[in-house]
Amino acid sequence: MSEQAPKPPSNTVLRGGSRVDALLAIADDELILGWRNSEWTGIAPFLEEDVAFSSIAQNEIGHARALYQLVAEELSTTADELAFDRQPEEYRCSAFVEQRLVPDWARTIARHYLYEQADERRIKELMASDDAEIAGLAAKIDREEAYHRMHAQMWHERLQAEPRYVEALEELQPLVDQRGEHVPEFEQLWNEMTEVRRSVAGATW
Amino acid sequence: MIYEVFRQERKGQPFAHAGSVEAPNDEYAEWYAREQFGRRGESVALWFVPREAVHEIDEFVDELERNYHRVDGYPLKEKLKEARERAGTQTTK
Repeated sequence: MSEQAPKPPSNTVLRGGSRVDALLAIADDELILGWRNSEWTGIAPFLEEDVAFSSIAQNEIGHARALYQLVAEELSTTADELAFDRQPEEYRCSAFVEQRLVPDWARTIARHYLYEQADERRIKELMASDDAEIAGLAAKIDREEAYHRMHAQMWHERLQAEPRYVEALEELQPLVDQRGEHVPEFEQLWNEMTEVRRSVAGATW
Repeated sequence: MIYEVFRQERKGQPFAHAGSVEAPNDEYAEWYAREQFGRRGESVALWFVPREAVHEIDEFVDELERNYHRVDGYPLKEKLKEARERAGTQTTK
């Protein structure tokens, strides 16, 4: 752990930082994890899981958009600008969600399971917020996340005796709340994700 | 394991075969059925059953040509329309 890390740990989502900072950290996590999970589209272990996992990825990106919109209202900007027009160093996602795990399904499921656990704590905390907008959105997100948690739990139970999966859980567990430094492969993700907006300013689709 | 999935489009309507999903157990089957056939608001309810649970009948013996059992040559649509017109209850769409 670096001593100068200024970011509050994610289990104190709304305390000790601004509303914008807190919401952006979650939105960035959801966007980047959604992106990473979508890298399985077309190549997941079997067709049904391909559809299911892609659907989860889409949901995560939908959550990111809703959270960006809340922030955008406060900053008089747009969700797209927040999602695509920032520099790599301005993203607040954890290194955990940035890792490119394709084609390792065991590590992908380990991350999915660990993320859903951590995300549940965070979302529940937001649901209890005094800020009615945040609490309302968190409740909506939680209703979808409940299905993601079921999916993660189902896979966790199926793989929990597999050495590769156990190893993956051990490897990834300590990284869940690590924020600050981006992993090297984040740059490539950012390049790809922001390519359209950088080539045509303000592009919408 | 293959599961056959049936979907109901609106409440009160009969369930119709939607397709099948492959899943290792009921829990996965529920998830995959939901994702394949329920996430776009196209269904209000789904049934999913292991394919082995479905019994099939595909032979209908009619050695004596009892065509009075059959409905062919008896188009109801036109007759119904005429009857409705006579009764003055024809619904205009």
